[in-house]
Amino acid sequence: MTDKLLQISNLDIVLPEGSERDLAVKDLNIDLSPGETLCIVGESGSGKSLTARALMGLLPAPHVRVEKGTISFCGEDLTKASEPRMRQIRGSEISMIFQEPMTALNPVMTIGVQIDEVFRYHADMSKSERRQRAIELLEDVQLPDPKQIVAAYPHELSGGQRQRAMIAMALALEPKILIADEPTTALDVTTQAQILKLISEMQTIHKSGVLFITHDFGVVADIADRVVVMQYGNVVETGTVDKVLNKPEHPYTKALIASVPSLVPRAPRSRSDQVVLSGDKIQKKFGGGKSLFGLGKPNRFVHAVKDVTLDLRRGETLGVVGESGSGKSTLARCIIRLLDSDSGNIMLDDVDIRALNRAEMRPLRTKIQMVFQDPFASLNPRIKVGQIISQGPIIQGQSKEKAESRARELLDIVGLDERAFNRYPHEFSGGQRQRIGIARALALDPEILVADEPVSALDVSIQAQILELLDQIRESMNLSMVFITHDLRVAAQVCDRLAVMRYGEIVETGATGKIFENPQHSYTKDLLAAVPGQKWDRKVAG
Amino acid sequence: MNRSSKILRYVSRRLIQGIPIILAIVVLNFFLLNLAEGDAVDVLAGEAGSATPEYMEEMRKKFGLDKPLPVQLAVYLKNVIQLDLGYSFRHDMQVTELIIDRFWPTLILMVSTILLAVGFGILLGLFAAINLNTWKDSVVSVFALITYATPLFWVGLMMIILFSIKNDWFPTSGMENSAMFYEGFERVKDIAHHLVLPTITLSLFYLALYTRMMRASMLEQYGQDYVITARAKGVSERRITFVHVLRNALLPVVTMAGVQVGALIGGSVIVESVFAWPGLGMLAFESLFARDLNLLLGIFLLSSALVVAVNLVVDVVYCFLDPRIEVN
Repeated sequence: MTDKLLQISNLDIVLPEGSERDLAVKDLNIDLSPGETLCIVGESGSGKSLTARALMGLLPAPHVRVEKGTISFCGEDLTKASEPRMRQIRGSEISMIFQEPMTALNPVMTIGVQIDEVFRYHADMSKSERRQRAIELLEDVQLPDPKQIVAAYPHELSGGQRQRAMIAMALALEPKILIADEPTTALDVTTQAQILKLISEMQTIHKSGVLFITHDFGVVADIADRVVVMQYGNVVETGTVDKVLNKPEHPYTKALIASVPSLVPRAPRSRSDQVVLSGDKIQKKFGGGKSLFGLGKPNRFVHAVKDVTLDLRRGETLGVVGESGSGKSTLARCIIRLLDSDSGNIMLDDVDIRALNRAEMRPLRTKIQMVFQDPFASLNPRIKVGQIISQGPIIQGQSKEKAESRARELLDIVGLDERAFNRYPHEFSGGQRQRIGIARALALDPEILVADEPVSALDVSIQAQILELLDQIRESMNLSMVFITHDLRVAAQVCDRLAVMRYGEIVETGATGKIFENPQHSYTKDLLAAVPGQKWDRKVAG
Repeated sequence: MNRSSKILRYVSRRLIQGIPIILAIVVLNFFLLNLAEGDAVDVLAGEAGSATPEYMEEMRKKFGLDKPLPVQLAVYLKNVIQLDLGYSFRHDMQVTELIIDRFWPTLILMVSTILLAVGFGILLGLFAAINLNTWKDSVVSVFALITYATPLFWVGLMMIILFSIKNDWFPTSGMENSAMFYEGFERVKDIAHHLVLPTITLSLFYLALYTRMMRASMLEQYGQDYVITARAKGVSERRITFVHVLRNALLPVVTMAGVQVGALIGGSVIVESVFAWPGLGMLAFESLFARDLNLLLGIFLLSSALVVAVNLVVDVVYCFLDPRIEVN
């Protein structure tokens, strides 16, 4: 087995005492050959990221450490390597890229200096040589105008550009192993496609082994040679990508794959023609204010929503899809009057709610409610779940007893135990909190639910459960829903109609099936083409 | 447009914006001070022991205190715009002259205090963060806690007892030994010698504050993702601490230091009284009791101008420390 780059045998990583489980990773055995891409797939808490950290010798010591087992890198056991030796290896022979390219780069140092550090610590080169190499590297990762980017600070680049710079840094010394820890999770789908392509191109050139950590089966299908599926620190299944994705054996793998939303839109449902909500030429700009005493130039402004016109019919789900910065969340907030739009009409039944003031709006708030993206930030940590849910109806004038008994019913409807009523939000998992968020929205018996990326912070199996819950509720309560998402797979499974947004404008609307089959606008085509795992989908479907 | 000309534009704009702010402060102060009972004439008459109402009336007329408030304000504002801060009848001197005379001692005290507090605060905080959870960290934390909790005047008095009376290391009071008529470098040395105790006293509290802030800020930055990235590149811990983390950790400390310069002027009253330091704090304190409003207003004007200027300096420094802050 000398041709293997990496051979991890019987690796145990312990967690600090009092954690949910004793071992973060238990009895792990994986290997990696040159030029190979190994994907470690798992949901949050499966131990996949700690495995990567262990490899780099970057476990958060002293609480989390390797208890037993060996990590053999070209014959050298890294668990026994000294810290100076590990420092030598890191960045030159094994390097790593991370999920969030904004926080992974030092905000007060230029890209050039940060790339330069790799050379400074591992290579004997003069200053001008190092600078030249940095520029070449940035060119290699296809960044425009590398000379300028060398002198730029991270915040001056876009998310995709930052990740490219990270990749340039990681590949600076042609490492034997590249560890990529969810490198595209924070990126938009079109950027993700470009970054994945870049990683595999770089891999072909440098013949490095790539250890790719992800939760996204679409990505796995596109890039992996072999796959390791992890659950609670155990490897439940390993094999070639074809075997694991198409003939999974372990029930957990099967369940995971089953919960990946299919790209084939579901059959359209019959719908009424009654319009419950319509927006006409909604506009929203941010910024553009004058500075004190009107001196100097006015601030820059962002045209977040431009002339958006849409309607929502009773009982249907309208999907608003787009990448980050497309204005979809701003639009949602304008629709439910969390933000005041600058002009246009928002008709709820026969009332233009845009023109209403706060007090006039209050009775209408029961009709239209929102479910938020981040289940951790959107629930007040100091208020008990029961109060969170019953607060809305009490403000609207319901009696406390009635609101509370309704809150208990709702907890049952969203699939939570009644005991949740007297607990605080932090006692619940992400999926459970999202259920609480849904119960809160339902407490006012709304006719319209605006869901802003309600599942994007959740693991794929939880995501499937929440989507199912939303579906049930929508059927049983005859809700109309505006569903905001960046994930076209989710959109395919949830939405009856889609509105595709870019730069604040809706570029295309239509029935979900039609848009997926025959997109008209070039941007929609790009978006659809960038969804990872399409070949695999077609294989499964056909 | 390049960065330096951008900053220049920004500075000049901020200076122009500062003028109405300072004028507003002057107006506000004028009315606030006139809310206090009694005027300079009452105090002068009281001190003289015998003054007829007619004589007091005449004095008021002479000082311009008999006119209605708005007129007084208008006259004062007109003078201020011509950079004339009026006359202190109490000290029989031009206010401008008086203030500038007393401004230098305060400036010396303030600058040395800030340098000491911020400089040592950063060093101690850094030291504590590097030696986290060791006895060194504990010693720094306990020191910070004690100095934070001790009243300024008490520290001053104890310092005098310890270093001036028991051991004759430093002078008890004053700014220089005027009897010696030192010149040039000798004089600088003499002032520095007098400066030691007041500076330490005034800076101890702030030193504790910055130490704690710096330590917390360092620890927060150590937890950031970019530290892991740096480690993953094989960068040494030394460089991570002093290049990556330090610069990010400084940002909140600089902000805080800028905000507190204003508070320092207030804090200096106590220290100036304890050490008989001939500064603005002392002058303000005395003139308040003498109802010497002209002088008091002048001091306030100067300190507000100082705060506006220091805030501007901090903002510009911040631009250089943090590239994410844009000047516009």
